[in-house]
Amino acid sequence: MAAVSLNNVVKKFGTMSVVHGASLEVADGEFVVFVGPSGCGKSTLLRMIAGLEDISAGEIVIGGRVVNDVEPAERGIAMVFQSYALYPHMTVEQNLSFGLRMNGNDKADTQRRVSRAADILRISELMHRRPRQLSGGQRQRVAIGRAIVRNPQVFLFDEPLSNLDAELRVQMRVEIARLHKELGVTMIYVTHDQTEAMTLADKIVVLRAGNIEQIGRPLDLYDDPNNQFVAGFVGSPRMNFMAGTVVENSSSVVTVKLANQGGALLRKPLGGPLPAIGAAVVLGVRPEHFGLAGRGDSDITVKVDVAEHLGSTSYVYANAGGGEELVIEREESRHEASLDRMTVSLRATHTYLFDSAGLRLR
Amino acid sequence: MRSKSSAERRRGIALHAALFPLALIWLFPLWMMFVFSTLPENGIFSRDIILTPSDQFVENFNLLESDTGFIRATTISILVAAAYTFLSVALTSMAGWSLACYRFAGKGVVLATILGTLTLPYFVVVIPQFIMVARDFGLHNTLFALIVPPLFNSLGVLFMRQTFSMMPHELFDAARVEGVKEWRIFLFIGLPLARPAVAALSIILFLHSWNNYLWPLLINSKPAMMTAPVALGSLIGLTKVSWGGIMTGAVMLTAPMLVLFVALQRHFVAGISAGAVK
Ligand SMILES: Nc1ncnc2c1ncn2[C@@H]1O[C@H](COP(=O)(O)OP(=O)(O)OP(=O)(O)O)[C@@H](O)[C@H]1O
Ligand SMILES: [Mg+2]
Repeated sequence: MAAVSLNNVVKKFGTMSVVHGASLEVADGEFVVFVGPSGCGKSTLLRMIAGLEDISAGEIVIGGRVVNDVEPAERGIAMVFQSYALYPHMTVEQNLSFGLRMNGNDKADTQRRVSRAADILRISELMHRRPRQLSGGQRQRVAIGRAIVRNPQVFLFDEPLSNLDAELRVQMRVEIARLHKELGVTMIYVTHDQTEAMTLADKIVVLRAGNIEQIGRPLDLYDDPNNQFVAGFVGSPRMNFMAGTVVENSSSVVTVKLANQGGALLRKPLGGPLPAIGAAVVLGVRPEHFGLAGRGDSDITVKVDVAEHLGSTSYVYANAGGGEELVIEREESRHEASLDRMTVSLRATHTYLFDSAGLRLR
Repeated sequence: MRSKSSAERRRGIALHAALFPLALIWLFPLWMMFVFSTLPENGIFSRDIILTPSDQFVENFNLLESDTGFIRATTISILVAAAYTFLSVALTSMAGWSLACYRFAGKGVVLATILGTLTLPYFVVVIPQFIMVARDFGLHNTLFALIVPPLFNSLGVLFMRQTFSMMPHELFDAARVEGVKEWRIFLFIGLPLARPAVAALSIILFLHSWNNYLWPLLINSKPAMMTAPVALGSLIGLTKVSWGGIMTGAVMLTAPMLVLFVALQRHFVAGISAGAVK
């Protein structure tokens, strides 16, 4: 078991910088999830922790030891790859034992570890099959089993569920959560599925273009994002953003005029420095935070494009005659299905204000 | 459904009808080679065209053996081809592996050089190579000179490099994380997965060595060191050409290769077209 810390880790491929100084503390036994859009450097960061890519600058510490120049096998890590990376010409049993056999591990011990992993993952019946004779979910289990036999201190997962269908993904997600609880080891998990991130993580690290945008517990990121990117990335359906300008600022309250919602005005108290009058800002509202007409601080009227009724909730896609398409979550709207216009309210405490650079104004 | 299958059958018949004459044209010289090998010494020059085999094969073979020591020459050929194939496959796959899997300084230059050697015709290389091996190193009339100088095969290296680069590299990374040494990753993961390619390459290299004429002719002048094709060639004398012997030898050299090719055809085709469809 081990804590992991990254100190100003930089990765360059040739002259191109891909990770620009990432710092992060992962506590012993913690489940940390890296999320971010495609190409933001999640895999690269994980591969650096694994030792598969060398580190251009900075320091990686695993279990109190700087591992910059330590071989992958000696870092006490095991990695599960997106493609499973099972050796196609070996049976499940050989796949699980390959690493141990190659390192001259004691036969009886190898046997014991392999059957323990098989028990944990319930793949004992599959031991003599080849990977191509397995379903996607079974392959995934074998890949995880291959990590377990190593008795690692840190598990690294690179989008392990992205090749599975939706149902299996949920099932394996639960399985991984169970595994974390059972083994109690540190896990670092890469995904761009934010449901996986929200449900699995003790701590989420949001990455964008090689920078860490924010680190925090899932609900903290959801409730209190530091910037527009994190606000938009965490949560599904994503947060609505409406362009506006500041028309008044006095005594810790700004008044924002929304550009595309019929010039609706919203007074929002802020704790920090106030933006100047005339400054362009973005107002963020989560779909579930639109209230009934007249029950909030400001009303907007929108034209309904489509309504999706999921049973318990409905998502209404609407706009105010041009401008941003808004997603509005309603619990009662199955009765409003035929409406083509609706009025909803905004409540200042349930909105987020961002400056033109995307930084949160609190 | 039925009309489709009958249309398909018709297309199959048409295809075979077109291919059949081509196959005949291709097989005819082989058949004549066999026929000539069974005729008496002068039979090849008879006025009628003889299309059916006669009974002189053993006599022709005895003549061939006493003129050239054909059995010894064939033994050398087999030995050389086997050693050559094994060593060349080992070298080319290792070179291909390192070019596919590792980043190192000067990799671009190495690749460009290998590609560059492809543009050199063999006949430009063979004389300097002969001078170097025979005169400078004094290695003529040795098995070493037969096997080693032609070992490097740039096409093979590029073929193996391509094969290894097409493999998902996460497989090798997975083994690296497990602490498997690089040479074992090559040996136990890379090579087994490259089996169709290795099989195809082996066949090509074996044939290449088996059929090689110019280099063994140049480098080995002693009759005791002749390979089979060179031994056959030696039958074409200034005053006398032993056609019966030549044809018999040609049959003896061709037949095993034909059998081999037909037996391994599946590997061969699979290896060549591997990676063509993803
Ligand atoms: N070997 C490499 N050489 C050059 N550039 C690379 C290499 N590997 C990755 N990159 C670049 O580094 C950036 C980050 O890649 P990375 O694979 O870490 O992204 P990711 O966040 O894992 O994306 P995804 O969600 O698509 O897997 C990308 O812009 C990619 O093009
Ligand atoms: Mg990735």
